[in-house]
Parts: sequence; C-alpha cells; structure tokens
Amino acid sequence: MSSEVPGHAVVLPAHVGGPHAAYEALLENGVLGFQACSACRSAIFPPRLRCSACGADELTWRASAGRGTIYSTTVIAPRGREAYAVVLVDLDEGYRLMSRVEDHAVAIGARVAAELSPRGGSTLPFFVPEGGDR
Amino acid sequence: MRREWELRGRTAIVGVAESDLGEVGPGITSLDLAEQAAGRALDDAGLTIADVDGLFSHSAFYGMPTVTLGERMGIRPRYSDSTATGGSSFLAHVRHASAAIEAGMCEVALIAYGSNQRSASGGLVSSGQNHLPSYETPFSPRLPVSAYALAAARHMYQFGTTRRHLAEVAVAARRWAQLNPAAFERGELSIDDVLGSRMVSTPLTVRDCCLVTDGGGAVVMTSAERARDLRQPTVHYLGGAEAHWHVGVSQLDDLTVTPASESGPRAFELAGLRPADVDVVQLYDAFTINTLLFLEDLGFCDKGEAGDFVSGGAIAPGGRLPVNTNGGGLSYCHPGMYGIFTLIESARQLRGEAGDRQVAGARVALAHGNGGMLSSQVTVLLGDASTI
Repeated sequence: MSSEVPGHAVVLPAHVGGPHAAYEALLENGVLGFQACSACRSAIFPPRLRCSACGADELTWRASAGRGTIYSTTVIAPRGREAYAVVLVDLDEGYRLMSRVEDHAVAIGARVAAELSPRGGSTLPFFVPEGGDR
Repeated sequence: MRREWELRGRTAIVGVAESDLGEVGPGITSLDLAEQAAGRALDDAGLTIADVDGLFSHSAFYGMPTVTLGERMGIRPRYSDSTATGGSSFLAHVRHASAAIEAGMCEVALIAYGSNQRSASGGLVSSGQNHLPSYETPFSPRLPVSAYALAAARHMYQFGTTRRHLAEVAVAARRWAQLNPAAFERGELSIDDVLGSRMVSTPLTVRDCCLVTDGGGAVVMTSAERARDLRQPTVHYLGGAEAHWHVGVSQLDDLTVTPASESGPRAFELAGLRPADVDVVQLYDAFTINTLLFLEDLGFCDKGEAGDFVSGGAIAPGGRLPVNTNGGGLSYCHPGMYGIFTLIESARQLRGEAGDRQVAGARVALAHGNGGMLSSQVTVLLGDASTI
C-alpha cells in the first residue's frame, strides 16, 4: 500500500518548525523533499499542513528522486547582465517546481535532473539536462 | 433561499469616471487620484457623498483602502468592502455591490481606485506583496511578466500559437487607442515593430507588456429602480462570477486554462446570455497572451484557436469582435490594477458615448478582470435597457 505513495519515505531532522522549515531542513541535508497524502496519494507542493487535494490531515514527507520534465520555460535577459532560463519542472513524483536550468536552449518536454546548490544562505534545487554534467 | 440569477437587472452602473491619467507628475498621491475619480463618477451620476452608503476599494499604496478613502472623502459607509484579488478586485466589487444593494445592505455603492505608480516609482507597484516564504522568487523570475511568458510559451508549444499571433493583440489595442484621446500610446505600431522590440522574458517583448502609467477610476452603482430617476442611460448588471485556483504561476495545473474558464460560463449562465450575444468585450490585457487565453476561456473561440481568431485585425476596429475598445492596458492606461477601466469602458460603450471608437448598437458588454499571475478571474456582464 505504501508503495502507491509517490517518492520514498524520509525522516525529518529533529526540532524542525512548520512545513517550510522542514523543507529547508531537508534541503540542508541534501534531500529534495515534498509531501504526499496517505489518504488520497496526491503529491503536494509547496509544503503545508493538510492535503490540498482532499483535506486530510495525513501529509508525510517524502524524498524526490529529482528527475522531471520541463513543462514551460522563459529566458530572461536583463540589460547588461547574463541571460538565464526560468523553468517549470514537472517532477516524476507528480508535483511541479519553479527553478532555473543551466541550458538556456532547454525545450519544453526535455528531461532534467535536480542539483541542490547553496544560494544566498540557503540550499535550493537547480536543474541540469538529464545525463548532462552532474 | 434566493438564487443568484435573480440579481439579473436588479442593479445598475449609474456613474463612471477616470482620474487624470498617464503621468500626473510629482506631488499627486494615489489617494488623490482615487478621490478625483470618485468625485467625477459621483458628478457623472448626479449624486453626492451624502448619497453613498457603500464603499469599495483596493490599493497597492495604502492599507485599509475603504477606511482610508472614506476619511478622505467624508464618506461614512454602512457597507465597506476592500476585497483584494489584485487587478480583478473592482469587478468583484461590482458583484458584491450588486448583492449588497439587492439585500438592502446599502443603496448607493462607490467603487474607486487610484495609483501614481509611474510618477512615484517608474515601475509596477504590486498589490501582491507578502511576508511569506516564496518557492518562486529565489529563482529570479521577472514577475509578473515571466509568469505570463511561461503561459505563452506553453500555449505556443501545445497549439502552435506564434509570436505574430501575440503581436496581433498589441497592434489591435494600439489601433483602438488611436481612436481614444485619453490613451497614453497612440503612435503607429506594426506587427514587425512588436516582433522587433526588446525581448523581456521570452516569448514576450516590451510591446507584449502593458504600460506603466498613473491613473484612477471609479464606478457608482445603485438599484435599477433608483437608476431610472438618475441622469445617465442605465447600464444594467446582468451577472457576474469570480474564480481563483492559485496565487503563484507554478501552481496553475494547465497554464493554457485559467479560472476564467469557470467565471465566464457562470457569468453567462446568470445573465442568460452566450458569447455570441456580446457586442463589445473588455479584457484585462496586462500582456498579449491574456487576451488569447481569455477569448478562449470565456468561450469566444475554442481552446487553442485564439491565435487564428485574432489574426488579420479581427479584434481591431472594423474586425469581427470589438475587443478592448479603449486601447486596453497595452496602449491606453495601466496603473497596476487595470480592472476598473474594463467597467468604465463597458459603461461608456453601452451609453453610446465612446466617440470615434463607439461600437454601433452595443447592447451587451463583457468586462473581465485578472489578478495576480492569471490567478483571480472575474467576469461581469452588463447591458443597456433593451436587455431587461
């Protein structure tokens, strides 16, 4: 039965606060976390207290494999600075993240993989083309 | 229990006005513009502050918007509503006011807005700021434009929509603006101009993005019964509907289908109308993709077909469907929350006072507001006396 819940089980670091603090603590430990509902099996992101698909108070933290497909992409070219691509990634476990991808030319439908990197005092999931330089 | 469709025709817009628009310069506040628009709308209706007992407002510049505006204008309302759904707020206010008037909770509703964002900051001043953790801003999307760009990119991928289709929307808006003396941008604009302009967030160029202007607007509503004794031709409220599913664009499941696909059909059902009955359409065009998405979601064409629907000047003056006859947020005015102007232009078209841009025989108008990142969608249908 538990195999139907997306992702795999993960133990939270001790003494975390609310759902956002838990997400950040998992990232610090090298885990891209998301929540899954034990009642309806939905994958849930961003973090929250109750399942937003069915309302049940049965969310558990899961670890994502960090692999997914580009849902949409936009390249932003600030004047006088290097262009970068902001993407929406559909993770294989069934949830969506906004992120950045190294390759500007990455197309909708392309496969990508997460790399957790420090940025501005916290750890964030960035993406690279799957099979690319990891 | 009463049914919502019973509101059809029971209330009316009896006064509308803009404040000074464009770039008002230093020394004039957002509250000044809201007060100016509100005063002019009451003058338009032949009413005074003593008549107003319901006050509706939203602002990106000051908290407690109705409380702030009430003190400024000397209005002490018994019904107060600062519903804050971004640029769509003022259309939500119309629906709420209609219910409140019918329920006897107020008799004369004043809906008002003002923003001096261009003079104050030179850029968008958003009403959507909060103090919560974000799962988007760490990746530096240029919001709001990147959110709409992601929707446009997905629409192009799924349906073969092109940048030329998007440019058609900008050019149509400019051609209407050339007929509106109050419009901010009235110079010539071609498809190639749009395609060749500076890219902001692919596939959207600066000409796919709305203006950054100052401006305010106001709408006065009362019962249809009282409206008969007032000076302006009556603009009846026929139906309205609200929908929102998400706040951040990453949480909209299908970026090609917005909550307008709920608000539109509900509003039409309440009004007893179909898209084919609409004579003039005002859509919240913060970006060119909005117009395509809303034409589809509101039922003016099938999903995925809006690019073809707007091609060849089809929504420009002389086209098959008059859309954004004031020039829209793209060419007329966009102070950050454009929704009030969809209502003002709808009323002017139904009153037959739109000058060179008047749509002949306009009886039914659709006003549609958007807030956030395609988040809040509100549709309002209005009609002249012949629709009752």
